[in-house]
Amino acid sequence: MRKFLILIAFATPALADSDYIAPVTDPLTQAECSACHMAYPPSLLPAESWHKIMTSLSDHFGEDASLPEADAAAIEAYLTGQTRPAAQMRADPETPPLRITELPWFKREHEGEVSRRALEKAGSMANCTACHRGAERGYFEDD
Amino acid sequence: MKPLILCLAALAATPALAGDTTPEALIATYSAEAGQPADPARGEALFLAETGGGKPDTPSCTTCHTADPTRAGQARTGKAIEPLAPRANPARFTDTAHVEKWFGRNCNSVLGRDCTAAEKSDIITWLTGL
Ligand code: HEC
Repeated sequence: MRKFLILIAFATPALADSDYIAPVTDPLTQAECSACHMAYPPSLLPAESWHKIMTSLSDHFGEDASLPEADAAAIEAYLTGQTRPAAQMRADPETPPLRITELPWFKREHEGEVSRRALEKAGSMANCTACHRGAERGYFEDD
Repeated sequence: MKPLILCLAALAATPALAGDTTPEALIATYSAEAGQPADPARGEALFLAETGGGKPDTPSCTTCHTADPTRAGQARTGKAIEPLAPRANPARFTDTAHVEKWFGRNCNSVLGRDCTAAEKSDIITWLTGL
């Protein structure tokens, strides 16, 4: 029974009861990530994903987002400390997911929810705050 | 407690601009390094060009900053980018580390290489005249 509950918890990260997902609280992480997008909640991706992202910043989803090594290492340590290993999140540690928008639960949650006009206004599915006004504080209820 | 966290988050979200320089000082430094005077027309041409050589998703500076840098631009994620032209956004070109960091990233994304000192002085001079 316990195992079953844990599995459910990992399959739908924290969306179940309150639509609350703990936000980034580390100032360096907040400042650096949010130059181009909201600093996404660390628990949305496994630790292996953050490791891969933070060690390939010179080609970050098609852009150079390089940081001084010490900053990248500090941010990686923060992010990986706020989440779980892939093995506990139904993900493959060898090929960890890199795009939150392609996680099965993310697609399921958004399927049929975002009109073409809303998406155009948001610019992309990476722009959480366009629709979830409280996203930066961890609140992802629909607005 | 919550308002405090909100304030801290807001503070952290605004890039810590040290205010250690001015557009004019940067232009002087970069053109001295280049050994030639800045040319705004060359800066404009480079900013608007699609030169190739960079990453496919970022063919030009205008991809994110638009062709009118007195207006806000948009990151590929949809997040707004404040105008680059100092007249529209006085915080621009006032923090050496911020300027260097973003020239470094963006020239590499768009051109596939660093911008030269001459190119930096050309671009800042063009932007400052807008
Ligand atoms: C992929 C999107 C993107 C592209 C393409 C891009 N930039 Fe930027 N640029 C940004 C973002 C994001 C920032 C940082 C956020 C901010 O300062 O508002 C920024 C900041 C800057 C800054 C910092 C200015 C200051 O003092 O605050 C300069 C200079 C700059 N860009 C120049 C360029 C030039 C020149 C090009 C073309 C070679 C270019 N950018 C292409 C997204 C982009």
